[in-house]
Amino acid sequence: MKKNFLIITFLSSTILLGSCTKDLDLTPTNTITSAVAYSTPQGLKTNLAKLYGSYSLIGSFGTGTSDLSIEGLPDNDQANTDFVRVNFNLQELTTDNAICAWNSGELQTLHGLNWVPNNGFLIAAYARSIYQITVCNEFLRQTTSDKIASYNYDAATLENLRHYRAEARFLRAFQYWVLMDLFGNPPFITENDPIGKFLPPQIKRAELFVYIEKELTEMNDDLVAPKQNEYARADQGAAWALLARIYINAKVYTGVEKNTEAITYAQRVIDAGYQLKDGTNGYKKLFMSDNDQNNPEIILPIAYDALRTQNYGGTTFLINSATSNTSDKNAPRGIPGGGWLGNRATKNLPLAFGDYSGLNDKRAIFGDGTLDVADPIAFDNGLKVNKFTNLSSTGTTPPSQNGTLCSTDFPLFRLAEMYLIYAEAVVRNGSGGTMSKALEYMNLLRSRAYENNTNGFTTLTLDNILNERQREMYWENCRRTDLIRFGKFTSSTYLWSWKGGVKDGKGVADTRNLFPIPSADILSNPNLKQNTGY
Amino acid sequence: MFLSKTKRLLFLVVCCFSITFLKAQAPLQVTGTVKNEKNEPIQGATIEESVSKKKTQSDIQGKFTILTTDKGTISISYVGYETTNFAAKSQLDIVLNPSTTVLTDVVVIGYGTQKKKEVTGAISTITAKDFQKGAITTPEQLIAGKVAGVTITSNGGGPGSGSVIRIRGGASLGAGSDPLIVIDGVPLQGKNIDGSSNIAGSSDPLSLINPNDIESFTVLKDAASTAIYGSRASNGVILITTKKGRGKKPVFTYSTQVSVGTLARKVKLQSADQLRAYVDSFAPNNSFKPLLGTANTDWQDEIYQTAVSTDNNLSVSGKLKNVPYRVSAGFLNQNGLLLTDYLERGTAGISVSPVLLNNHLKIDINLKGASTKTRFGNGAAIGSAVYFDPTQPVRTESPFGNYNEWSTPNPITQTIDLNRLATRNPVALLNLYRNISHVQRSYGNIQLDYKLHFFPDLHANLNLGYDIAKGRGNVDVPDYAAQNYADSGQRNQYLNKINNKVGEFYLNYIKDLKQIKSNINVIAGYGYYNNLTTNYSFSNYRYNGNLIPGSGKANAVDMPENTLISFYSRLIYTYNEKYILAASFRRDGSSKFAKDNRWGTFPSVAFTWRMINEPFLKSSKTLSDLKLRLSYGVTGNQDGIANYSYQPFYTPNPNDSTSYVQLGDTYYGSYTPSAYDQNLKWEQSQSMNIGIDFGFMNNRITGSIDLYSKKTKDMLNTIPIPLGSNFAPKILTNIGSMENKGIEFAINTILLNNKKYNWSVGFNASYYDNKITKLTAIQDSTYKGTILSDGNGIRINTVGYQAGSFYVSKQEYYNGKPVEGLYADVNNDGVHDNNDLYRYKSPTPKYVFGFSSQFSYKKLTASTVLRANVGNYMYNAVETGASQSSVFNVLGFVSNSLSKINNTNFVYTQSRSDYYIQNASFLKMDNIGLAYNVGSILKNKAQMQISFNCQNVFTVTKYTGIDPEKYNGIDDSLYPRPRTFTLGASLQF
Repeated sequence: MKKNFLIITFLSSTILLGSCTKDLDLTPTNTITSAVAYSTPQGLKTNLAKLYGSYSLIGSFGTGTSDLSIEGLPDNDQANTDFVRVNFNLQELTTDNAICAWNSGELQTLHGLNWVPNNGFLIAAYARSIYQITVCNEFLRQTTSDKIASYNYDAATLENLRHYRAEARFLRAFQYWVLMDLFGNPPFITENDPIGKFLPPQIKRAELFVYIEKELTEMNDDLVAPKQNEYARADQGAAWALLARIYINAKVYTGVEKNTEAITYAQRVIDAGYQLKDGTNGYKKLFMSDNDQNNPEIILPIAYDALRTQNYGGTTFLINSATSNTSDKNAPRGIPGGGWLGNRATKNLPLAFGDYSGLNDKRAIFGDGTLDVADPIAFDNGLKVNKFTNLSSTGTTPPSQNGTLCSTDFPLFRLAEMYLIYAEAVVRNGSGGTMSKALEYMNLLRSRAYENNTNGFTTLTLDNILNERQREMYWENCRRTDLIRFGKFTSSTYLWSWKGGVKDGKGVADTRNLFPIPSADILSNPNLKQNTGY
Repeated sequence: MFLSKTKRLLFLVVCCFSITFLKAQAPLQVTGTVKNEKNEPIQGATIEESVSKKKTQSDIQGKFTILTTDKGTISISYVGYETTNFAAKSQLDIVLNPSTTVLTDVVVIGYGTQKKKEVTGAISTITAKDFQKGAITTPEQLIAGKVAGVTITSNGGGPGSGSVIRIRGGASLGAGSDPLIVIDGVPLQGKNIDGSSNIAGSSDPLSLINPNDIESFTVLKDAASTAIYGSRASNGVILITTKKGRGKKPVFTYSTQVSVGTLARKVKLQSADQLRAYVDSFAPNNSFKPLLGTANTDWQDEIYQTAVSTDNNLSVSGKLKNVPYRVSAGFLNQNGLLLTDYLERGTAGISVSPVLLNNHLKIDINLKGASTKTRFGNGAAIGSAVYFDPTQPVRTESPFGNYNEWSTPNPITQTIDLNRLATRNPVALLNLYRNISHVQRSYGNIQLDYKLHFFPDLHANLNLGYDIAKGRGNVDVPDYAAQNYADSGQRNQYLNKINNKVGEFYLNYIKDLKQIKSNINVIAGYGYYNNLTTNYSFSNYRYNGNLIPGSGKANAVDMPENTLISFYSRLIYTYNEKYILAASFRRDGSSKFAKDNRWGTFPSVAFTWRMINEPFLKSSKTLSDLKLRLSYGVTGNQDGIANYSYQPFYTPNPNDSTSYVQLGDTYYGSYTPSAYDQNLKWEQSQSMNIGIDFGFMNNRITGSIDLYSKKTKDMLNTIPIPLGSNFAPKILTNIGSMENKGIEFAINTILLNNKKYNWSVGFNASYYDNKITKLTAIQDSTYKGTILSDGNGIRINTVGYQAGSFYVSKQEYYNGKPVEGLYADVNNDGVHDNNDLYRYKSPTPKYVFGFSSQFSYKKLTASTVLRANVGNYMYNAVETGASQSSVFNVLGFVSNSLSKINNTNFVYTQSRSDYYIQNASFLKMDNIGLAYNVGSILKNKAQMQISFNCQNVFTVTKYTGIDPEKYNGIDDSLYPRPRTFTLGASLQF
């Protein structure tokens, strides 16, 4: 009896223990599978938020945590992986618009146009763009009609999803434009590639141009009509604006001018109902912390909030890096706890206004400092740029935890750029536009700037278009692209303080018109060939 | 799921034991035989029956006859064997088991035991009599320096701070190198991959185990002995056996210890006067001079205390009816050297091991529990005590709790502004920081070993175990404390729970086949192991209880879990007690890997030749043992791999997040896809071992020599991956390879052994070398390797070099003095930059020695343990701070410096200079002690022993920091190991 019992016990224990192999399928508590993540309308929106969050934040888990843990990041500061921040360093700091006082070798070589391929800012910028592409790919991969079939979405959700998918393609095309512009020949990954350890192929700059053009044209019908989408989401206007931007630069990217197309798409945006932010201090209000309100000019912004979208990049960087830490000087800029003593302008920027007091051309928004930069790392050498501010148009400071974070949104695309593109394309002999319209558009900018209409152009040249661009668009992350298009980025014909690493500036090799593919990715991906000259 | 199964199972077990049977008494003549475990008859065994207490003895053939009743029990006892009881029946054929007290020739191996002389693997056993003595808080310290190839490096002098244990150097870089520890058959969950304790509020999980309960350690080193543990075996296995009940009459043992820990060595700093003179010597009128004070404070004296500790243990061991038992309780009250630091620990243990059903069912039940209260001193004080200006007093009138802190009066606001970036007052760091934890842990198991009635050669063994713990604590810092000034203090808490389960079942078949001079021993088994941790996260609060904005935590509860399922088997075939062939095979399935990679196979094979049994050696008078061991095996490593990293997942961000995304007028949380490698799998190590065990002069001299090599492949490494191929720029993947090799030598001798004198000496030595052979998918000479994060990245893993080599600049000298900023142009590019770094030495010792001696004269015993490491280097991070610019800090304060600041005269800190990589070879006397066996006291009612010990007696080294021993080789404010004097007494009654 007892023997049998024992035998039964042991046998049953074996069977019981033996039946546990299913227990090897374990899943984490606080994460979800893709099957769950995309199964509800709310889930779709939450995923969409990640796509936009990939350029408004460095990561989704607090200000200190980046989605990109990159070795050799400058100063080990995760904030350097922010999209606007690192693009400022590549697009503005490399030009006459900005110079930085932070005594870091890697940073100084950016303004000196003598960077090396393992410069941490390069990998940060490159990885940020590719990260947003990767999450957009994932969204497209997971929301194909096959994959969502079982969720039985209603028609309204399916219609929303059609827009979301088009926005994912837009954001991806936008970041491919960033890569095409900065690095020329990046790795190329779409939703048809796997997630794992594969080696992405490299794409040539001209081929990438064709891809971006095709994507933007194809997906356009699936985007929401201009000005009809929610704030801070891309619509057809944004896609046209990006097309206008790639066409005006087409010669740089492909060797072939596409000014006619630039006119077509700039015109399309202009006709879509956007308006300049006008009236008293209209220009200034474009860059204040309530610029998300009553702003008919912005086509697509990156939205920040000092409480809910915290990021030490973005406008928080643009404002703090240009401010000193003494409180009396902080107060007027809405950052009582901040001020990082970094960026100023070289004298070319204020001098582009002639009178840079801001009394006439209201776009000249400068603080104190010497006009000339004798010492790159002395913060009081060079005028402070106060264009971006955390103050609201009524002079209030939005709430912030530490008096540093800012709520000002960054305009990725705004109407003024379309006027500039239209005018430039006309001057560059694109067809479909007229010189009178070009003058009209340019003078709309002039009258807004002077808050009167007595300072208009009567003729347009490439030179005054480039200068107007600098006055209108400085610190909006496009100066390097503009100088390259006008052949002035590397050449010795146009100089600024500390260009090429010398006080009065000097020309550098034309190969500097492209950044090198960052060495870390060259090492991990044998498909990548380094750009010429590096 | 498993729990319900366990319950059902336990229910069955309980049912089976609760069957009782009552019958009327009737006279019964019992006849039988008594045999030993080798089936040889035992003559002279005492047979006693329970009804009328009659006794008889077995004859030369082991036979006996005795009269009792059918309700009686027969008790059989024989010297050296376990006394065993049987219900009376007419025929009783009994096999006695050797008692554990004389089991010294039996070695515990994975899932069983083996005769020491027949052991096939590289196994070392240390029993209680050879343990390190003195005040020992965590069990692993008992065997420090005792086993060749095992290094135990304590994490510092903090109470219960544990150690880094490495067997043959460990086999991994990215998946953990800690050995598997099994206590009485319950495998413990490993520490976290960063070496921190998996139980919140404890410095080390082993600090919840009372060393006084431990009977023996068995260290399994080579693959032949560890492969039976499969995927958890690559780093070696330590089997811990706790003390069990023995004897008949209850014996109480009470031991008490009082110990006094003192600071063995201080950092040699400038005195206040020296600092004043130093500041003066630069520029008598500089802006720093007015910052100096007039006090003479030795900050190290201020933060360290003489640490008095007590440890009391009481146990009772005996046999209740047929049930041997041991019950123990201990209470430890240990103070740290650092002010405010203490550990209070209460432990309790019960072990019962009844033998039932005519010796057919052996049950072992072990239950242990511990409860600790710990106050963790703020470790930041150790570094601050080095740097804080000695010319300042400890206390002064200030808004910072009247502690003196670097601050300046603000003439406008009439307040005192704290210099937020300055060094903090070390005493305030300690006194105003209250981090107090309460931890409870219980672990135990029930093991049933059933010898089948109808087939007694076959044993069925069922082992069910658990390990649960709860750790919680609070950190309070008042709002006026400078250390948390910006946040207005803190009032935070932490909590986690672990819940680990073990279920194992195996069948063991042992058969002597006399006709063919063979013995076979086969086991086949199944194991189920589940580890569930529950981590709670809390928001951060200011001292006044207000939430710190933006500190909301993602998820209140996270429950990481992993399961391992195993099938294992082993065959040991012994021919003529001369040739032993052992082979084992384990198949493990782990929840940490995708279905396709989930199952791994881990085989081993070993051959042992007992040469001493060959005719040509058998007659040798000097040689008493000689054995050759050869083994090869494959083991795995998965303990340090995160639970779910093969799975594609999305992590929602917190509801109270600061990382929302604005779309329209609404702020949305988002789902973040995590990077993953679905092909993740175990690391695999292939090990070879050649060993010789020898004995001379009737084994008065015994020893062994082992040569081994271990090649790890598919080693985990976090490597940069092509951007765009995954959701992160780097990923943990199986990519590397590493080779370890070494030689171990151990010898134990009894130099004297007579009535008056007894002197035994043990010595071990090991040589170890390691080389990384692969780290990336594509061999790439420009890939510099993986920088390790500790010590500000001073160490690196590089192909072709030792793991964790230092990565530094090569200092150039002029007139014997290092020249600031002048380094060799290692890469010959004409400039000194980051590319000029080179790999230089490593913290791993090439040679490790251990020496133990125990000398008795009559009732007096003197013992000592010495250890030496040779060839290990240390980064003296404390010394890097000895530069002018750190004394004259631009942030507006003065720092102290080492008294040898003028050795370099560096203006700026040169933290990457190889000048600071120093030879840290050492010889340490760990322990010296005297014990006196008082003998019988209180009219023979009790036995008493008193002892005196000194630990951390002396250190011989060229290294200039306070202690040359630190596992990671980075000397940055190590919690000093105390020199401890212990007075102890133990009483048996």
